[in-house]
Amino acid sequence: MDRMNIVIVGHVDHGKSTVIGRLLADTGSLPEGKLEQVKATCAKNAKPFEYAFLLDALKDEQSQGITIDAARCFFHTKKREYIVIDAPGHIEFLKNMITGASRAEAALLVIDAKEGILENSKRHGYLLSMLGVRQVAVLVNKMDLVEYSEKVFRAIEKECGDFLKGFSIKPSAFIPMSAMNGVNMIAKAPEMPWYTGLSVLEQLDSFQHESTSEAYPFRFPVQDIYKFTELADERRIMAGTILTGKIQVGEEVVFFPSKKRTRIKTIEEFNAPSKPEASAGEAIGFTTETQLYIKPGELMVRASDPAPAVSTRFKANIFWMGHAPLVKGKKYKLKLGTSRPSVRLVEVLNVLDSSELTSIANKAQVDRHDVAECIFETGKPLAFDKAGDLRETGRFVIVDNYEIAGAGIILEALPEDRSILKDHIAQREKIWERSGVHSSERAGIYGHRPAFILIAGKVNIGKQKIARELEARLLKQGVKAFYLGISNLVSGLDSELPPGAESQEEVVWHLGELGRIIAESGQVFITTASDLDDFDIETLRILNSPNEILVIQVGASTFSSFQLPFVLGENEPLGSAVEKIAAFLKRKEILLEYYL
Amino acid sequence: MDTLRKLEAQSIHILREAYKEFKSLVMLWSIGKDSTVLLWLARKAFFGHVPLPLLHIDTHYKIPEMIAYRDKLAADWHLNLVYGENAQALAAKQTYPDGKVDRLTCCKLLKSEALRHTLSGEWPRYAFDHKLGRYVQEANPQPYTGVIVGVRADEEGSRSKERYFSPRDKQNDWNIGDQPPELWSQYKTDFAPGTHVRVHPLLDWTELNIWEYIDRENIPIIPLYFNNGKGLRYRSLGCYPCTGAVKSNARNVKEIIEELRTGKFSNIAERSGRAQDKEDGGGLETLRREGYM
Repeated sequence: MDRMNIVIVGHVDHGKSTVIGRLLADTGSLPEGKLEQVKATCAKNAKPFEYAFLLDALKDEQSQGITIDAARCFFHTKKREYIVIDAPGHIEFLKNMITGASRAEAALLVIDAKEGILENSKRHGYLLSMLGVRQVAVLVNKMDLVEYSEKVFRAIEKECGDFLKGFSIKPSAFIPMSAMNGVNMIAKAPEMPWYTGLSVLEQLDSFQHESTSEAYPFRFPVQDIYKFTELADERRIMAGTILTGKIQVGEEVVFFPSKKRTRIKTIEEFNAPSKPEASAGEAIGFTTETQLYIKPGELMVRASDPAPAVSTRFKANIFWMGHAPLVKGKKYKLKLGTSRPSVRLVEVLNVLDSSELTSIANKAQVDRHDVAECIFETGKPLAFDKAGDLRETGRFVIVDNYEIAGAGIILEALPEDRSILKDHIAQREKIWERSGVHSSERAGIYGHRPAFILIAGKVNIGKQKIARELEARLLKQGVKAFYLGISNLVSGLDSELPPGAESQEEVVWHLGELGRIIAESGQVFITTASDLDDFDIETLRILNSPNEILVIQVGASTFSSFQLPFVLGENEPLGSAVEKIAAFLKRKEILLEYYL
Repeated sequence: MDTLRKLEAQSIHILREAYKEFKSLVMLWSIGKDSTVLLWLARKAFFGHVPLPLLHIDTHYKIPEMIAYRDKLAADWHLNLVYGENAQALAAKQTYPDGKVDRLTCCKLLKSEALRHTLSGEWPRYAFDHKLGRYVQEANPQPYTGVIVGVRADEEGSRSKERYFSPRDKQNDWNIGDQPPELWSQYKTDFAPGTHVRVHPLLDWTELNIWEYIDRENIPIIPLYFNNGKGLRYRSLGCYPCTGAVKSNARNVKEIIEELRTGKFSNIAERSGRAQDKEDGGGLETLRREGYM
């Protein structure tokens, strides 16, 4: 059977739970005996029965008398099955409303005819727009309390229509009704002959499914890469869920931000016949013709489709739910598709009070329940689309202190900049305490200049061996060489970092700082790294400045466009590999020839 | 995509997300239809493999066919199967069948307590050794930080409020009033040391969806769900002292689906055969807060 997710929103006490209770009861969707059971409980507690109680399954909720979470209920009409999400109207539970509404294809906004439009009516309306719920019907509830007056209804219709228009929602309908009395719920009732539109249930059945997103450009965030060796499985599968568009076997794809290219070899699925095409919505896997070095978090795009934006900077509208405000200078985690870079707030352009929708200028931070237009900068380049073009890849959440604290939609990409890193370097170099011994003087005494040698290449290709041999070779001829095993850094200084991509950013950052300090000591600093990309190298270069970083690549390059200064063959014997590096250091005038 | 394909894709996405984000991940397997569908979805998510351990809490009052079926599937699908139990309560006969405690206390001891201490690694775990063909005690059980559970929102009230990724603190407590937001397929995958996360890939499935999917994918299901020839079948599986069979002539998956769609069960809750649900108005909510599945 066809199924649709709908959400019911509105100000607290305007009757959302009653609407749902009615829908469940009047469509015969309640389990047998449930209605009687709730009525009996009410009688026992000497309180009048209300349809809302049907939903109050939890003790917590009954004691507070408000819906605290977006509960799911199921009901069905002749046309289809509905999952209805009852979103709480109380401000404290706004994040639950967000959770509920983000899953819905259509929304019912409930407004109390007697109380009219209140704070959360507006706030919820705005959030529906931001969350991308495009089909909205406004239920003007409790019409019995205003004697089913057309005048009252028309006034609310006008006012509500105006504010919804303000954020581009055009309601499918305004329905005068009374959930408690079952008026205009299932069928049209005689109380309001002046109303000629649909009943609530008829309106629900007239909502359409969102048009398929297959027509959009192909977007596949790489969720994970699997190589399960059990039972002699040789496949290396890129797994994920297709957000939009479609792709066929043999078509060329590009990964962003790395810009690496290959072709689709197979579409992988368990317990299903092999197929030549996959499309939006499918949780699926691909193998590719060439085995690229791709990390989870990249966005796979069909080469013939428009490319996404790639930048570290963008402008976005953000809604903040965190207990602590969103502030500048603090590092957060961003989640967009499957990418997980760190992110910082660069600038607050404009803050909107989401209840009054008035703009507050000159705010330096974003408080709880604020909606703000901001500029953000990520710690790694991010591939995305403008939400206006492709909302699936144009929206993100921000994690603060283990919790999803903000939700945002991207308005535009801004030119890539590394202002945070550059500001940091400027600050660092300004207060850097320099040695009384000049670096050239130190080089004269040591017989060599300082250097940061980074041996890069795939895992298990013998980088450590080369690094250790190089350290020994250089020390023997009097060079102050020092090899740092990368695992010593990860399990030592960085052992407190949680697992994940944003921690890798941190390790790179620390490595750059270490390189800078050791270079200051005049030593030749040697280390290895397996999964750095172009951006990481650039980070190291900036952090290590004013000193130079020398990248020695072992085997095929794992970088996209970074020009390698020196490459060693994968099968180069250890001895000659080390000699070649030493010769390279002479060419770079690290080792001063006349001292050897 | 039809409803089943959408549900399948969402569950697979959640399973892959959990597998990527949690270092110490386990999937609970109750042998029932829901968690067996979950196990099947794991094979889908990981392309025929099940790269994570499955945990069964053995109350030793399970319907005997369930244990036989568990061990057979473990061998056939080469599963990394682990079980745990409340050995003290069983030894002291602190159980409902022994007449010493009521049904809810029995559930609390044999399921909730056993689960909590098995997850944390405090109590012994027994892993199925495929070479030896029997269970062997785990040498050094580590706490699991991600626990995948096959609960559905339509089962009863408290489950309708669950998140796909639902945090639990050190005491296994579930703070229903302050749950993390979930939107745009982004879940709570960051957690403070000492806490763990329950993952619920089947939240949006209904009982009917489960059976339709079993039918479509031809998933081997334990025959206790079918009419045993005496006009009785189990609709929900649990411990034999507290789980009653229902009157039904459904002999196979298709007949169950027909029964659920149009027949006598279309308006009767699935857990109506579970005696412990009826003991007190909020019994199941209380148990769930304490970690009951």
